[in-house]
Amino acid sequence: MSGSGFVQAKDKPEGWNRPPVMEPDGEGELLEVAMGPHHPSTHGVFRMDVALDGERVIRLKPVFGYLHRNHEKLGEGMSYLGSMPFTDRLDYICPITNNWAYALAVEKLTGQEVPERAEYLRVILGELTRFQNHASSIGFLIQEMGASGTPLMYAFREREKILDLFEALTGARMMVNYMRFGGCRVDASAAWMDAARKVVAALPGFVDEMDRLLSTNEILMARTQGIGILRPELAVNAGVTGPMLRASGVNYDIRKVDGYGIYNRFNFRVPLGDHWDVYDRYMIRLLEMRESIGILEQALKDIPAGPVMDPKAKLRGFRPKPGEAYGRIEAPKGELGFYLISDGGPNPYRYRIRPPSLINLTVLEDMALGENVADVVLIFGSVDIVLGEVDR
Amino acid sequence: MKTVEEIKSAIEAAVPGAGVEIVPNPSVSGQHSLRLAPSHAIAVATYLRDELLFDYLSNATGVDWPDKEVTEKVKVTRTVTKTVDGVEKAVEETVEETRRRVQPGCLEAVYHLYSVAKNEGPLVIRMRTGNRTDQVELPSLTPVWRSAEFQEREIFDLFGIVFTGHPDLRRLLMWNNFKDHPMRRDYVEPDDFEYEPTAHDEVLKRAQAHRAEAEAAGREGAGA
Repeated sequence: MSGSGFVQAKDKPEGWNRPPVMEPDGEGELLEVAMGPHHPSTHGVFRMDVALDGERVIRLKPVFGYLHRNHEKLGEGMSYLGSMPFTDRLDYICPITNNWAYALAVEKLTGQEVPERAEYLRVILGELTRFQNHASSIGFLIQEMGASGTPLMYAFREREKILDLFEALTGARMMVNYMRFGGCRVDASAAWMDAARKVVAALPGFVDEMDRLLSTNEILMARTQGIGILRPELAVNAGVTGPMLRASGVNYDIRKVDGYGIYNRFNFRVPLGDHWDVYDRYMIRLLEMRESIGILEQALKDIPAGPVMDPKAKLRGFRPKPGEAYGRIEAPKGELGFYLISDGGPNPYRYRIRPPSLINLTVLEDMALGENVADVVLIFGSVDIVLGEVDR
Repeated sequence: MKTVEEIKSAIEAAVPGAGVEIVPNPSVSGQHSLRLAPSHAIAVATYLRDELLFDYLSNATGVDWPDKEVTEKVKVTRTVTKTVDGVEKAVEETVEETRRRVQPGCLEAVYHLYSVAKNEGPLVIRMRTGNRTDQVELPSLTPVWRSAEFQEREIFDLFGIVFTGHPDLRRLLMWNNFKDHPMRRDYVEPDDFEYEPTAHDEVLKRAQAHRAEAEAAGREGAGA
């Protein structure tokens, strides 16, 4: 397919995908700065060891592990279902999509079917999650630019309405533990559907407001345009996914590619960037929010009645046959995958999470080299990570 | 998408002596995998990326397969000398014997490949180390796919596979002077990660010595 529009890696010189080694120019000493682990811009506990020549970054090494709890080992020590609430804690901004990716991987392993209504509920909740993730991600980015408060509070106001919906349906605002293998835990009432329609009807107004407030803002444009450029061929080679990849102009959205769940029933477009910079990443998120509203409207209109759990699904004594499966979804931050190996026992033999946040950081150094240290904060913010998922 | 059999024969045509094996997956997911010989892994990986356009390495991870004791019952036929009616005779006899053997373990690296250019995948490739103790080296695929960089560091950290040719092989999640590999199945966690000896006894000894000295000199402050 030529539509993806990027250059293949073939015939490139060796080492083309490595960050260049930069030398300080001129006199003066190299300043080594540890940004983090408690820097306010690091979204948690994350450290960048930066070497500066004046204001210019000439080396950047990310340091991980401050939030490491060996989630995968925990997952191998408990039953398949026992891990479900723990997946909420990976990317704690988007627990629904974490549940979904895990449920999808297990369903691949066992071949369970998901009823129609449950698929629609998954899409509705998944797109609400994507919307609030992108909204707060934009809010954080602008916050890091120095506009402390307003855009982030606007985003959180909207996020609050969506979290209220989650709470009404699942009993928890963030740690939802909502999905099961072969469906969803509880059904949505008619009253909840009405409330969801009301919230979704108000979302376009919010996106317009953000768009008017920010998109042509002089400071935002000056700070983000031409900063942190990521070339498409490197983005693909480095496994970057999600809005980051699409902002680099590569047409790859797993909702379209795999069409998992029922995504091939909905009409939506995949916005692509063509300047590959921080501004494009901001804009792609804004446009994806609009597409999410479109999907939500279609799903809320078409959702059928019926059960939300596969009646044959087994909750007790759940032992998949030996084998392995890799299931992945388009989470708001990128490709979230679960790789499971079953040996026929009640616990997974191997339980692996492919975290989009960690792998998107592979190219952080490439994007930051040669930029000013103040822009590193913006470039890092435009990757949109959650440390709960990076360190697992 | 091509089946794994087709991909296997394409690899064998392009990289002579590649030594690719198909590992069937009995689960309904149908994601069969290819096991590469570590000696030809880089050549095969480059071929997969450039010619079959598997340009995107999604997931890289390790799996630990510890030594396994297998108990099996084997029927053995042997010749026994028996005295039948006062005459010694060689008689053939079939007995069932329980034998135990140790199936040697290994560490395995698993990679999931997709094609962005052709919207294909996943193709699962895997490599095995010689054993779990001293032959734990595998070639790094980071020069071919950059996305393996942090993931191979994580495998090195948590499983202890040493990737030769990796540009920056350090621990990723655990701290630098941590000794073990926590994702191995026989890993036993220490009682207390934070244990550090305090100077309690040393200080007490010094205080007692000081007091004794003061008392001997008949000074004030020898105190209780």
